[in-house]
Amino acid sequence: MADTGAITLVRPAGTRRRRPLVRVPRLARRITGPVAVLALWQLVCSQHVFSSVEVASPVAVADAWRELWSQGVLQSNLLISLQRVAEGLVLGVAAGVALAVLCGLFWVGEDLLDPVIQAARAVPILGLVPLAIIWFGVGEVPKVFLIALGCTFPIYINTYAAIRGVDVKLVEAGQTFGLNRWGLVRTVILPGALPGFLVGLRFALVSTWIVDVVAEEINAQSGLGYLINQAQTTDRTDIMFGCLAIYAILGVLADALVRLLERTLLTWRRSFKGA
Amino acid sequence: MALTSKAVLPTTRQPAGEPAGEAAVFASGVRKSFGGREVLRSLDLSIGRGEFVALLGRSGTGKTTLLRILGDLDPEYTGDVLVPQRRAVVFQEPRLIPWQRVLPNVALGLRPGTGGRAGLRHQSLSALGEVGLASHAHAWPITLSGGEAQRVALARALVREPQLMLLDEPFGALDALTRTRMHALLQDLCARHRPAVLLVTHDVDEAILLADRALVLTDGQITFDAPVDLDRPRDRGDRGFTALRNRLLAELGVTGPDTAEPVSNGVQVS
Repeated sequence: MADTGAITLVRPAGTRRRRPLVRVPRLARRITGPVAVLALWQLVCSQHVFSSVEVASPVAVADAWRELWSQGVLQSNLLISLQRVAEGLVLGVAAGVALAVLCGLFWVGEDLLDPVIQAARAVPILGLVPLAIIWFGVGEVPKVFLIALGCTFPIYINTYAAIRGVDVKLVEAGQTFGLNRWGLVRTVILPGALPGFLVGLRFALVSTWIVDVVAEEINAQSGLGYLINQAQTTDRTDIMFGCLAIYAILGVLADALVRLLERTLLTWRRSFKGA
Repeated sequence: MALTSKAVLPTTRQPAGEPAGEAAVFASGVRKSFGGREVLRSLDLSIGRGEFVALLGRSGTGKTTLLRILGDLDPEYTGDVLVPQRRAVVFQEPRLIPWQRVLPNVALGLRPGTGGRAGLRHQSLSALGEVGLASHAHAWPITLSGGEAQRVALARALVREPQLMLLDEPFGALDALTRTRMHALLQDLCARHRPAVLLVTHDVDEAILLADRALVLTDGQITFDAPVDLDRPRDRGDRGFTALRNRLLAELGVTGPDTAEPVSNGVQVS
């Protein structure tokens, strides 16, 4: 094809893009979506599209919170749930990391333990609730046990994969420069597996609340799950929504916490992202 | 120049026993195979104290395999190998630990000696200073350029005061300008510390520029071994340089630039 005409010159698109007139802070931008959803939710409820037994409006949820708070019910049950989750999380993370290190570092550990863990992981934890009650009774132990179990697996899977994924070349460099086995684990392998562990931690945090709510709905006299269950028997949809909203808020906070952890622990990567 | 001599090994080999005290590397009858394929076939090599030896060879001829055996990175070989206790390796990639800042990377694996932690720190800082990066002691490795990272890797090797430095194509991934600067730096450092050096490279000019002796590895055996008898600093345009380059290229199976090539990069008339 013969091109005989003059060449039309254009500016690369980048230079023509207009800068926004007002710079909106990131937090404001992030919060716009949830606020819009809340507003829409309130709007739909005030139009009486659903009955108040089916869906509670945000305002009704806030009222329910206020009511429960004034009775002291909200604080005590939230606290007990948080305590169970924290205990389960600590135990589960410890177990998951210990197993991951055993399987990640030692072939014997991998050959003996990993198949067992993989099989155990396939068992739905919620199916263990009745058994946990038989084993540990109805106190705190079965709930903490189930929550711990729920975080062991995501921590294990991700940390183990991360340990195995540590760059062999770095391990080799460590060896040539005189690191012994423990030095290698401490300086190269565990820090290298940290990003994977943090991914596991995110999954584990989600899992804790799932297990917590089920454990408390089936057999408990306290906790957020118990509150939801009680609210069902009295048709208090507002309380049910209120408790679920608390779960959502806790989830966001937990995620923010992990992100804060990532930022402090993985500083060496941040400088890369900032480039 | 002893360019015509082929596969001449220094006669330091002794019947069953300790090699001469002046040797930094003594290897004899080294064999290594990967899955039935013999990579090193009864290889003999000795490197003198403070001697800079360049090992050339086409890819897949076993250069890196030999270096890894000398660096104790590959225990599965047969034959006799003696190397000094204080060794250091510089790999093709810097292999710095990304989650440690530059200074602890230099001190990696070193235990505080008589000077304690402060002594170790001082030692590492001065090694960094020697490669011109003292100001980067607290930087994260990821913020360094390729050349800077490789200089840190050099400092990490130097700080151990090695009696043998094993360099596995350390400048292969660098741009030409940086590589030239690294050559000067390496020459300077070697002149000061006098370690024995084995430089694995596929860059013939690099070998002639830096080494006291050039080896060519072909099919798992050393098929060429000659000293580089050129005055330093060496000039690529020098006649001796060119002659040795052509000789080495021929040994590597590459037709030299002075022989007519069937296709030039000029315009082809069809």
